[in-house]
Amino acid sequence: MEFLQQTFTVLINSIFAQNFVFIRFLALCSFVGMTTSMDNSIGMGGAVTFVTVMASVISYALYYFILVPLKLEYLQTITFILTIAVFVQLVEIYLKKAVPTLYRAMGIYLPLIATNCMILAVTLLNITEQYSLMIAIVFSVGASIGYTLALILLAGIRIKMKYITIPKFLQGYPIIFITASFIAIAFLGLQGIAR
Amino acid sequence: MINLKQVFLRGVLQDNPVLILMIGLCSVLAVSVTTVNAIGMTVAYSFVLIGSELTISAIRNVIPKTLRIPIFIIAIGTFTTIIQLIVKAYSPSLDKSLGIFIPLIVVNCIIIGRVEAFSSKNTVLASLVDSLGMSIGYGIVIISIAFIRELLGSGTIFGFSVYPPFIKPMLIFVLPPGAFFIIGIEIAILSAINKRLAKSKG
Repeated sequence: MEFLQQTFTVLINSIFAQNFVFIRFLALCSFVGMTTSMDNSIGMGGAVTFVTVMASVISYALYYFILVPLKLEYLQTITFILTIAVFVQLVEIYLKKAVPTLYRAMGIYLPLIATNCMILAVTLLNITEQYSLMIAIVFSVGASIGYTLALILLAGIRIKMKYITIPKFLQGYPIIFITASFIAIAFLGLQGIAR
Repeated sequence: MINLKQVFLRGVLQDNPVLILMIGLCSVLAVSVTTVNAIGMTVAYSFVLIGSELTISAIRNVIPKTLRIPIFIIAIGTFTTIIQLIVKAYSPSLDKSLGIFIPLIVVNCIIIGRVEAFSSKNTVLASLVDSLGMSIGYGIVIISIAFIRELLGSGTIFGFSVYPPFIKPMLIFVLPPGAFFIIGIEIAILSAINKRLAKSKG
């Protein structure tokens, strides 16, 4: 029962109350870069979800079975980023060979993922928050859902933005950030649900 | 021979990493709650950028082309780990407020972008100038955002209260929405300046 309760709290927290894009300010590069269309943001969200969950399992195992016994905890940043980069490469090679249709759908997003700071942040937070493996998986799933939600929200608004007149001073990126600011206000309102 | 002055100014104005290239936004928005945090972040960031650009430009002729990305990542990761340990040892309070954003310097796209695009092809001196320009460009943006947010949001400058007691600061500016709002305005201002500069040049 306690486990269920913790799972639920972590999940809700990572999706809404501590949303990775609007509250924690992570993965903003892809947030402004990839939300030009709905397809892009859904594709990116799917690819990130897959890589985040796998990367947090792998890095969790590496940390507790290799770095801790050897007393090399200070190498965690380098180890994790190399793990993520290698993992993304392997997924790309495997998909290209085995599932070409999925590769065509996800392929262009994969190289961008290696430098997505959300993935490294999730793997590092799993360690600093001392989550158990199950909770770490729940946390990474929640984080990716929150990220995908943020992308879809912004993409939806950007599609509508084509039909309105924007002040000349704010055209382009500025209006996107101001839109994000208003979405963030909405997310602040959700802070109370998980305490 | 490339023009060093132009390389330097490009980092600050035309190619400002944060406001024009839209990379490395995460740390800028997250850390700019107080000016002191922003200065700390700038120092950490500049250390990693300058260190890795110098290292890579010094060994650029012996790096095999196919292995260059992993080598870049290891160089950047090493400098990030060094600064992470230094901050943890000498300023635990700064470490606590910057939190996860120090290790995240390693995935800051500006650094790997500059290393790949500039210092793997240019001399040590040019890389030094380029990294200084990029660091100052980053520093100006993050410190100015932090200054505005601190002033409007908590009514303080470097932690000293400046408002008379009957004016309440606008809390929204230290919360996440304020950060998005101010960076939007700053992007608009810098692109207006750049447009005017381009026009006056002809």
